[in-house]
Amino acid sequence: MLEITPLHYSVLSAALFMIGVIGVLVRRNIIIIFMSIELILNAVNINLVALSDQLQNLIGQVFVVFVIAVAAAEAAVGLGIIIAFYRNKETVNIDEMSLMRW
Amino acid sequence: MEALGYSAADFYYLLPELILTGGALLVLLVNIIVPRRGDLLFGISLGTLVVSGLVLASFAGVDTTVSRGLLAIDGFALFFKAIFLVSAALTLLMSAPYLRVEGVPAAEYYFLILCAALGMMFMASGVDLITLFIGLETMAIAFYVLAGYLKPSHKSNEAAVKYFLLGAFSLGILLYGMSLLYGVTGTTRLDGIAEALAGQDRSLLLAAALILLAAGMGFKIAAVPFHMWAPDVYEGAPTPVTAFLSVGSKAASFAMLLRIFVEGMGALTPDWQVIFAFLAVVTMTVGNIAAITQSNMKRMLAYSSIAHAGYILIGVVAATERGVVAALVYLWVYLFMQLGAFAVVTMLRRHDVVGDELKDMSGLFARAPAAAVAMLLFMLSLGGIPPTAGFMGKVWVFGAAIDQGFIWLAVVGVINSAISLYYYLRVVVFMFFKEEAAGSEIAMGPAMVTTLTVAVVGTILFGIYPQLLFEQAQAVAGSLGASVTSAALQ
Repeated sequence: MLEITPLHYSVLSAALFMIGVIGVLVRRNIIIIFMSIELILNAVNINLVALSDQLQNLIGQVFVVFVIAVAAAEAAVGLGIIIAFYRNKETVNIDEMSLMRW
Repeated sequence: MEALGYSAADFYYLLPELILTGGALLVLLVNIIVPRRGDLLFGISLGTLVVSGLVLASFAGVDTTVSRGLLAIDGFALFFKAIFLVSAALTLLMSAPYLRVEGVPAAEYYFLILCAALGMMFMASGVDLITLFIGLETMAIAFYVLAGYLKPSHKSNEAAVKYFLLGAFSLGILLYGMSLLYGVTGTTRLDGIAEALAGQDRSLLLAAALILLAAGMGFKIAAVPFHMWAPDVYEGAPTPVTAFLSVGSKAASFAMLLRIFVEGMGALTPDWQVIFAFLAVVTMTVGNIAAITQSNMKRMLAYSSIAHAGYILIGVVAATERGVVAALVYLWVYLFMQLGAFAVVTMLRRHDVVGDELKDMSGLFARAPAAAVAMLLFMLSLGGIPPTAGFMGKVWVFGAAIDQGFIWLAVVGVINSAISLYYYLRVVVFMFFKEEAAGSEIAMGPAMVTTLTVAVVGTILFGIYPQLLFEQAQAVAGSLGASVTSAALQ
């Protein structure tokens, strides 16, 4: 049987990170973009836990707790901002954000 | 008393931060007990900043770490904290009349300004990746809300959404870089990282960490090609918030950048020098050229602030004590001229005029001569004309680059300064030689007069007598360098 090592988790994390980045760049719905950002943060978490296991020290896991807490705070504020935007514009499409362009 | 390795000294050295936290909470509390007393809340907020600043001043000359080595209380941190407190105080002063005109609640606004300042303080003090990141987020989340503070305004909404999405995205990139750096070095302490990197070979993982960290920080300081959020957010956010964002947030991000790269990744200096040299050149050039075409003052100042991030990056590239001194001096100088320029734009906001277009500047000299003369000074300083502070800042930055053999970088910087004069002087032409714009009287209350006076005095004083600033910065830059050498020796 193939043993699953921390390296496998790091590869998973890198894949998740790429999916998140591509999601942010190509999707047009604000909520989906936001979800892609959460994917990136979770890629970070997986990476930190895997590295923490590999290095046999706990700092990485402590870091993860902080990342989760901050992601929750950010989600609360972010969804509030998106609702304020939706109330005015009745849309969550990023192409409608065209008041300011250079 | 000591529990868990903490002592009273830990809390003593955190007093400025604790006072800010208390003051911020007090603002919310007082707003519940005596509602709709904007002047009272303003007094509390300003008082909090002043008391915090006084306590901070008493720490001069201290060089220690607290909270089990997670926070450094050294000259470098104090220098930056002074920048944050002064810029927060000036922002509050210009906000009071602005909030009345906009008719938005004051309590949460002052609370968020204080929270943003608190986050910045931790960004300057943090010597651990986790502390730095928590400080960064405390500041950023406060700014997301502040950018969208004018809820009925479509522009403000849009600014908040854009800032939030790109801010969170850049945070993800920065954190991924941090996680890789942790994987390579096995610690999140900056001194530990410096130690681990000192003898290490360059690996692919390390290169990825370096690039991701540089990109993440590039977003925060609004360096090209990560600058796209800046003009939109600066234009849409309430003007005093824009002022604080462009000065406080930028200074805090530079503090964090210097901590991570100079203190933590000193062993990789030649590698990140290349990255930042490239960023500096494109940032200056794109910022200045894009600023020429703008017709909105806030947008123009946004591009100008992008260009100034490029000049400061030159100091970072020089990567010597002199380069760091130059960056520090430039950030102080930039505080006065940029906040002053935004104060004038804020003043133009009246109940019947939005006042952020270039044409609203027309005939300002006839309507408010004092403000027009002050604006002339800020524009000359931003353009780098002697005897203003902006000139001294540029001389020092370019000097540091030449010192280190980056002569081409200094040449690009000088050419860019020349380009920038065009759009700064265009504002002057509008103010002095155009017909008066429509709209009601421009009122200049005592708060606004104070802001402009401080900004003008700072701009002139550091232009004529820059030694005052240089000596301070010189003493301070050593504390960043000292921790680098001490880490290498361990």
